[in-house]
Amino acid sequence: MDQIVIQTINGLVNGMVLAVVASGLTLIFGIMDIVNFAHGDLMMLGAFVGATVLGITGNFWLALFVAAIVIAMLGVLLQVTTLRPLIGRDPLTTILATFGISLVLQKYALWQWGPTVRKISEPVSGQFALFHLQYPWYRVATAILAGLIIGGLWLFLKYGKYGIWIRATTQDRVMAQAMGIPVPLVHTAVFAIGSAMAAASGVLFGPFAGVTQTMGSDFTLRAFIVVVVGGMGNLGGSILAAIFVSLIEAYAALVVSPAQAVIVSFVVLVLTMLFRPTGLFVPTPK
Amino acid sequence: MTPRPPTSYWIVFAIVLALLAAAPLVLPPFWQRFATEILIWGLLAMSSDILIGYTGMVSFGHSAFFGLGMYGAAAALVTVKPPSLWLAVLYGLAGAGLVAVFVAYFATRLRDIYFAISTLVFSQIFYVIIFTWTEVTGGENGLTFSQPPLTLFGLHGARFTPVTFHWFVLAVVTLSYLAVRRVTQSPFGMVLQSIRENEPRTRAIGYHVERYKMVAVMLSGLFAGLAGTLYAIQNKFAAPDFVFFVVSGEVVIFNVMGGMGTLVGPFAGAAFFLLLREGLSRFLTEYYLIPLGIIFTLMVMFVPQGLLGFARRALNR
Repeated sequence: MDQIVIQTINGLVNGMVLAVVASGLTLIFGIMDIVNFAHGDLMMLGAFVGATVLGITGNFWLALFVAAIVIAMLGVLLQVTTLRPLIGRDPLTTILATFGISLVLQKYALWQWGPTVRKISEPVSGQFALFHLQYPWYRVATAILAGLIIGGLWLFLKYGKYGIWIRATTQDRVMAQAMGIPVPLVHTAVFAIGSAMAAASGVLFGPFAGVTQTMGSDFTLRAFIVVVVGGMGNLGGSILAAIFVSLIEAYAALVVSPAQAVIVSFVVLVLTMLFRPTGLFVPTPK
Repeated sequence: MTPRPPTSYWIVFAIVLALLAAAPLVLPPFWQRFATEILIWGLLAMSSDILIGYTGMVSFGHSAFFGLGMYGAAAALVTVKPPSLWLAVLYGLAGAGLVAVFVAYFATRLRDIYFAISTLVFSQIFYVIIFTWTEVTGGENGLTFSQPPLTLFGLHGARFTPVTFHWFVLAVVTLSYLAVRRVTQSPFGMVLQSIRENEPRTRAIGYHVERYKMVAVMLSGLFAGLAGTLYAIQNKFAAPDFVFFVVSGEVVIFNVMGGMGTLVGPFAGAAFFLLLREGLSRFLTEYYLIPLGIIFTLMVMFVPQGLLGFARRALNR
């Protein structure tokens, strides 16, 4: 019983971090039809930048902020140089291009920071008793912080002037352009926001398991699963799906080894694609 | 229906074949092996071209077929004594074929990006199974075995030398190329190409698109499994690394670099990639992927038809 409660909390915490990664990915897909294979690697780079800044200044919150800004700028650079020229081409070309970028980013991280695991120390120390475990407060704080980031994004999209531009562009690119919205700029901005969110979640996730240059591809795959299960381009669905998939994986880890628990989320993905290709958490399309 | 290929095509074909056959006789041992590897990776990439270039489905899961081909061959070589070459090929094809049926059944219902993601996920499922099922697959360490001798038409042949193995691979690859070429030019291949060009219209004409796609995936998977079998026999091991999706990514890179929809392009792409990797890793060690990734991304942007794309028309006649 206590195992189940612990795994529920673990699943929720992991789910919130994953939700931040996935909402960036789904935003980018929804607005630009770009499947960003490099998304997890942006997260990984963000974590490394955060670890470096933390090493210099010792301030976790500054590290979080700097990482988000730096990776957002990198996102702008990537979008302008690589993805903008590909607009209007087959969406599969963008998969290939971002796949190439992902290779470069991964090896760059290996070159710059080496193969050793970087540890980001927790900004919130202390633990509380949860049955037989001493559960760290940081994990709970992470879930809340992730919730705040997502909530902020939601408010921005709902009420902010530029958020409304973004939603308009998602709905109808041509019409948005006709109404005077600078669509290319919106694309770049969305890519920057998505990258910043990936970087922030990388820094948040850092204290959990350490930062390595291979964490990116792992998270790319997981974020893909979440985005498809939640419905491509559907922000609310992605967040629910992130929590859903993480919970299922956490429960599965009670029965099989964590390495095998991944298969369960793969199965969820395949079943979703076969029976509810528009996403699990959306009303059935008419 | 299809016009006969011009004699110039067959002349070039014969010249290239003769050069490839003569290559191990003049090359030093390291490059002998290298040439054989290019042929094997090229075969894998060509199998993927059936989907990417002819049917318009990007598969990010070819490592599953390749890997199961390897493990299939390993199963035959580890369990059956004395080791038999043809049994290894048979087991390898059976392994890859089984996976292909599974993937074909589920993945072909999806299109475009969803197909790419689902093939990726399927290959990862098989990766996790192979990686964690240590008792049978050897887990992270994989399986090692001895190389089977070459037997042909019941004759008990000699052990493989690097040169004879190269010829063996060349023969298999050439036959596969001719077979796949024949398939892509058959009425069946024409339907595949019409699916690539316009799927709703193909369906409207009355073709059962899903069935054609399934057969295409299975065919592709079988040739990928054949490549895996050859690779296992060459290297005398099967390892989970080759089921990991990085291999699938490389296969896609070979196709894009060499030229999709040409069948020989993937071979050129594999050769180009492996030569670049060899050259770059001499002084960049494992960071060779940085310049290689940049070259690949630039090629996607500016040379999307690949190295041999200019000859696409001539090669498909």
